[in-house]
Amino acid sequence: MQRIGVFVCHCGTNIAATVDVKAVAEELKNEPGVVFTADYQYMCSEAGQNLIQDTIRNERLTGVVVCSCSPRMHEATFRKAAAKAGLNSYMVEVANIREQCSWIHKDKVSGTEKAIILARAAIAKVQLNAPLTPGQTPVTKRALVIGGGIAGIQCALDIADAGYEVDIVEKKSTIGGKMTQIDKTFPTLDCASCILTPKMVEVAQNEKIHIYSYSEVEAVTGFVGNFDVKIRKKARYVDETKCTGCGECTTKCPMKKIPNEFNMGFDNRSAIYIPFAQAVPKVATIDPDHCNMLKNGKCGVCAKICTANAIDYKQQDQIIEEKYGAIVAATGYNHIDVSKYDEFAYNQSKDVVTSLEFERLMNAAGPTGGHLKRPSDGRDPKTIVFVQCVGSREAPPCAKGGKEYCSKICCMYTAKHAILVKDHYPDTNVYVFYIDVRTPGKLFDEFYRRAVEQYGVHYIKGMVGKVAPQGDGTLMVQASDLIANDQLHIKADMVVLAAAIEPDKSARHLATMLTASMDTNDFFTEAHAKLRPVESPTAGVFLAGVAQGPKDIPETVVQAGAAASKVIGLLSKDQLTGNPCVANPDELMCNGCSSCEKVCPYGAITYADKEFRQPDRTVAIRRVAQVNPAVCQGCGACTVACPSGAMDLKGFTNKQIMAEVDAICR
Amino acid sequence: MDKKEEIELISGVNVLKCMRCGKCSGTCPSYDEMEYHPHQFVYMVETGNIDPLINSESLYRCLSCFACVERCPRGVEPAKVIEAVRLSAIRQKGANHLKAEQVPELIDDDVPQQLLVSAFRKYSK
Repeated sequence: MQRIGVFVCHCGTNIAATVDVKAVAEELKNEPGVVFTADYQYMCSEAGQNLIQDTIRNERLTGVVVCSCSPRMHEATFRKAAAKAGLNSYMVEVANIREQCSWIHKDKVSGTEKAIILARAAIAKVQLNAPLTPGQTPVTKRALVIGGGIAGIQCALDIADAGYEVDIVEKKSTIGGKMTQIDKTFPTLDCASCILTPKMVEVAQNEKIHIYSYSEVEAVTGFVGNFDVKIRKKARYVDETKCTGCGECTTKCPMKKIPNEFNMGFDNRSAIYIPFAQAVPKVATIDPDHCNMLKNGKCGVCAKICTANAIDYKQQDQIIEEKYGAIVAATGYNHIDVSKYDEFAYNQSKDVVTSLEFERLMNAAGPTGGHLKRPSDGRDPKTIVFVQCVGSREAPPCAKGGKEYCSKICCMYTAKHAILVKDHYPDTNVYVFYIDVRTPGKLFDEFYRRAVEQYGVHYIKGMVGKVAPQGDGTLMVQASDLIANDQLHIKADMVVLAAAIEPDKSARHLATMLTASMDTNDFFTEAHAKLRPVESPTAGVFLAGVAQGPKDIPETVVQAGAAASKVIGLLSKDQLTGNPCVANPDELMCNGCSSCEKVCPYGAITYADKEFRQPDRTVAIRRVAQVNPAVCQGCGACTVACPSGAMDLKGFTNKQIMAEVDAICR
Repeated sequence: MDKKEEIELISGVNVLKCMRCGKCSGTCPSYDEMEYHPHQFVYMVETGNIDPLINSESLYRCLSCFACVERCPRGVEPAKVIEAVRLSAIRQKGANHLKAEQVPELIDDDVPQQLLVSAFRKYSK
C-alpha cells in the first residue's frame, strides 16, 4: 500500500475563489492510501515546496498528489522538489484543479465537487505508479546540414563557430542555393552575391565544415544523438582534389549548346561546367547527359587539355557512411511551373518571364551583363507589367499547380524589381497588379512606398485576366482596375510573373527518411508552431529556411541561427537523458501484427524474431515488437493501435488510466 | 427565402470565397458592355444589394463563356452567380427576356443555329 500525501493549492484566489480548498483537503483524507493532506496558498513557492519535502521525509510518503494548476505549468517543479527529498520524480502526479476546474466553474459547490473528483483520479493513478528512471544515451558530436543554400550555410557556420564538426550535403555542384541567382536584396538593395559569396568562402575555409557537393542523402537510420546517414556522392567525373577550377575545360568543350540552368536557360553552357565564377567548391562537373565521351566514348578533349589531370571518365558514385548527433533540414524551394496558366501566355511568348528569370536578366553577372533586354528580340522594354500572386492564395483543388498559401516574398521582390527598373531606365512604364500588398517587415513598407512615391511605379489594385501576344511582338495585357472600376488594356513589352514558391521536391523523400512530419504543402512541420519553431517533432531533427515555410533571406538567416543554437545545445551534452514514459511492449502478448510500427510517427518501433519457451517445453520463434526508448517520444499512438493490448506506455499504463476513469465514475 | 439565399441556392456559389482580386473582370470579354462587372455581381450578392443587378441589362451581356470561372483563383465561379441572378430575374418577372416573335428580326445569315438554341435556353427558362 502506498503512503500518499495530498497537497491542495489556493493559487491565491485563482483556485480558492471557486473551490473550497479546505473542504477538498478534508474530504481526501478518507481516500485509500492517503496518509496526509494539507492546503497552502502557493504550493509552487519555496515554502510550498518545502512543505512537500518535509512531509515526504516525516510521513515517509511513497506518492504525492498536488492539486494545482496544469501539469504543463508546474509538474516539473513538484517532481524536482520530490526528487530532492528522495522520492522518485515519477511518483508525483498533478491534479489540474485550476485550468480544468476553478477557471471554468462559477459556483463554489460544483467547483469543489469537481476538484475532489479530479484529485481522486490522481490518487487512484499514484496507487499504481512505479518509480521510473530515464535512460542515458551518448551523443555523436557532429551535425549534418542538408541543403547548402543561405539557410544551410548560416546554420553550418554557427555550429562550426561553437566548435563542432558539420557536414553540408548539397545536391547541386556548388553551395549557395537560390541566393546566388538573385541580383539585389530588399529593402537595402545590396548585391546578393556580394554578401553571400564571402560566406561561401568562409564555409570552404572553415576546418570544422566539410562540404559534400553534388551529393544526396541516401538513407537515415538511428535516433537523436546517434544518426547513421548514408550519403551518395554522385560521380562528377572530375577529381575534386586535383581540379583547380581554372575553367580551361569549359572553354574547350565542344558540347556548348546546353541550356544553362544557372541563367534560367537564357544562355548556354558546355557539357563540362562550373556554374558560376564564385562557385564553392570551384570544381568542374561533367553533365553525363550531354558529354560525348560519356555517351559515345568519343571526344576526351577536357582530359587532354586539363593540366591538373583531374578528369576521370570512370568515376563512380560513392556511398559515404557517417554518424551524426543532429540533422538540420534546409532543403529550400523552387517556384512553381507557371506554364499551366494559359491566360498569362508564358509558353507562347519569351517576353513573359518569371521573377527568378527576371533576376537573371537584371543581374550584372547574368546572360545580358545586367542590361535589361527583351528575351525575344533583345530590344529595350518600354512598358513592363508585373503580375503578383501567380499561383499563390488559390482555393483548392489548385488544379494548375497553385498553392493555398501566400508565398510571402513576392510583394517585396516585385517592389524591388520595379525600383531597379525605374532606377536603371527611368523612362520605362512599370505597372504592378496586386491583390493586396503585404509588406510586414523592418523598412519593408517604406520600401514599397518608395517604389510608388519616389519612382512612380503604377500600383494597380486588380488582377491581370489575360496576356495576348500581338503580331508586332508586344503583349496585350487585359486587367481590371478595381478602384477605378475599369478594365485596362496595356500594350506591354514584357510581363513578369511572381510565381508561387513551393518546397523542393526532394523534401518529401527526405522527410520520410527522417520520419519528420510534413504538412499538406510538403513544408516540414515544426514541433510547436509558436514555441518550438525550428525543431521538428522528431527529436534531433531541426529546420531552417523555406523548407519549413515561405520566408525571406533575413528570416531564413534568423531561423538558421536558431536551429544552429538548438543543435549546439544538443551536441554540447555528453549524454542525453531520455523520457522514461515510453512505450513498453509485453512480448508474451504481442502477436506480431505490425500495427504499432505503422502508426509510430517517430520510427521507434521495429520487429525482432525472438525465442519463446512454449508450455510443452519446446522453443518457438515469434516476431515481436521492440521499442527504442531513445527514439520513442511517448505519444501513445501504439498503445491505442495494438489489438492485443500488448503495448503499454510507462507512466500511463492502461491500468492506470482505467483506475483514473474508475475513480471519476465512482 | 431572401434574394441572396435564393441566388446562392440556385448558383451553388459561396460568395464569401471571393478574395477581391478582380481577375474575373480582368478576363471578361464583355466587360465594356456591362454596367455591372463580374466582380461586382459577386460583391453585390454578398452584400445583398441584388435589385440593381436584377434590373440591369448586364445580365444579358454576359456571354456565359466561363472564362471568369476557369481563371478565378478562389473557385468562386462568377458566371454561375450571374446565371443565377438571370434565372431569378426571369422567375420574378414571369416573362421571358427573349420572345419567339422577336427572333426573326435578330437573325441574319451569319447566325449559327446553335446560337439560337442556346439563346432560348439562356433567356427563356
